[in-house]
Amino acid sequence: MTDTLTPVLTANWADERAWTLSAYAATGGYEALDIALGMAPEDVQTAVKDSGLRGRGGAGFPTGVKWGFLPPADPENPKPRYLVVNADESEPGTCKDIPLMMASPHTLVEGVIISSYAIRAERAFIYVRGEVLHVIRRLQAAVREAYEAGHLGTNIHGSGYDLELVVHAGAGAYICGEETALLDSLEGRRGQPRLRPPFPAVAGLYASPTVINNAESIASVPAIVKNGASWFAGMGTEKSAGVGIFSLSGHVKKPGQYEAPLGITLRKLIELAGGVREGHELKFWTPGGSSTPLFTQEHLDVPLDFEGVAAAGSMLGTRALQIFDDSVCVVRAVLRWTEFYKHESCGKCTPCREGTWWLVQVLERLEKGDGKPEDLDLLLDQCDNILGRSFCALGDGATSPITSSIKYFRDEYLAHLEQGGCPFDPAASTAWAESK
Amino acid sequence: MSLAPETFDELREIAARYPQARSGLLPMLHLVQSVEGRVTPEGIQACADVLGLTPAEVSGVATFYTMYKRHPVGKHHVGVCTNTLCAVMGGDEIFACLREKLEVGNDETTADGSITLEHIECNAACDYAPVVMVNWEFFDNQTPESALQLVEDLREGREVVASRGARITSWREAERVLAGFEDGLVDEGPASGEASQAGLRLAKDNDWKAPEA
Repeated sequence: MTDTLTPVLTANWADERAWTLSAYAATGGYEALDIALGMAPEDVQTAVKDSGLRGRGGAGFPTGVKWGFLPPADPENPKPRYLVVNADESEPGTCKDIPLMMASPHTLVEGVIISSYAIRAERAFIYVRGEVLHVIRRLQAAVREAYEAGHLGTNIHGSGYDLELVVHAGAGAYICGEETALLDSLEGRRGQPRLRPPFPAVAGLYASPTVINNAESIASVPAIVKNGASWFAGMGTEKSAGVGIFSLSGHVKKPGQYEAPLGITLRKLIELAGGVREGHELKFWTPGGSSTPLFTQEHLDVPLDFEGVAAAGSMLGTRALQIFDDSVCVVRAVLRWTEFYKHESCGKCTPCREGTWWLVQVLERLEKGDGKPEDLDLLLDQCDNILGRSFCALGDGATSPITSSIKYFRDEYLAHLEQGGCPFDPAASTAWAESK
Repeated sequence: MSLAPETFDELREIAARYPQARSGLLPMLHLVQSVEGRVTPEGIQACADVLGLTPAEVSGVATFYTMYKRHPVGKHHVGVCTNTLCAVMGGDEIFACLREKLEVGNDETTADGSITLEHIECNAACDYAPVVMVNWEFFDNQTPESALQLVEDLREGREVVASRGARITSWREAERVLAGFEDGLVDEGPASGEASQAGLRLAKDNDWKAPEA
């Protein structure tokens, strides 16, 4: 039986100057790199595949399988291969990669080197959102230190393997967390998604074979290489292997990062976090960010793994557990998320670009109490015309909070109409509400 | 006014980091902002010249991203998260207080040029809600009172230190780091904040560990 919490990626976050190479090396950092360089690249790939690691950026696609989609090297057409790390963490509620890169950037850098070696890439990029200055400083310094120590550059550790790594800051666009939009952005263009196929594995960055993985996925690779695939696969559930960082925010007593085997429940996590705010009850929560359908009290015992959350009608996503208690108006919450999707829609596909504007208009009048009961059906019809009708999942995500909140809280929408406005006091939900 | 030759050198230096020069455009625009205080027509022309693009192509990129500003930004950029979780936890009230105190609307700059106020989207620090960013440094667990004190300190030129980060310099200096030029402040601030360590502390107290290999 695995322990309740299992710090692996978070284990060194409280260490003195954890972000430096010397602190990282003192806890065995870069030992996995030597192990990997002593293996054939294919064997590193196999280890990651056998570990059962699935993408930690939300979609949950098996990382090793994704690597295996790269076409075999073609001597006739030797295109370079690239590894791109998606560190654009912007999904509302998601806050795991940013503290990881601030506290222990070398975990990610080591993961990049091992993963690049495994897929035979000689260039790698970390695409980090621009709005996190200190995290970018820490990444830049980690990459510089890694070059100075010979972990990056030419003939790494005498292996004959070369790798160049660039830290690239974005400029404020949620859509760049979508992997093909990220590639366009990294090519110096507007960040708009591409139609697939071709998939990035075949034609990605500069139309070359490219692997894009989330920062937490890549940061998990050194521990897998060091401890073995079966060690990782032995944690979590059968189909959702390993550990992951669960991010609790909102109305719990001790919000924060809790690293646990996949399959833990929210009931357990809330207990660990000291419970819901005093005098209140859990009302609704997101299992994996705002793009995953809302859950309620009835879902407290859903196993938080890919299969368990999907079976209950939502998605594990990024394990961004935003907890809202009974002081919060669900209509206000959903309207705000919808405004976010409207702002962040890249404009490429009509259903998403126009649809998110219509959604905001209808939700606004409902929240003000100016709407009509038929507006709820209108919203669902609009969602139906957005879901699945665009290049990427942004529009799909915009419909999740709306359809799920109408499913569980239809009466609360109607109460706005009956009372001619919002029945909730926004002051009651603030962090300082209790102390005043 | 065209940009200084040294700036052109740095723009070329950024472009040279990539297999294809155009990939440098986003960090190049960050550098333009650090030099010009916004994305100016001269800065757009300079990027276009270095990359062999038209100014229209560069403008098309610059206008896509929220962090690029076409009007002058104040010495400091103050961003208040008003995405759902922070809004509910008090971000809406903080933003309203700052608007009133600074007498500006969203994405506007105070008359003295000291502060540009903006409501921002989720900045990946939800466990520290409500969050305020100054020049993209984290100020955690804010209240209306702490945020008002923060902007007053910034306007008075007092030393201000981020919750998890370095002492505050200026928006322009921050933009230079985003362009890929280190500023020597990496070792300031902690490895992580209290919330980041919440699970780690519990694990230590209970002697919970990942199994041995």
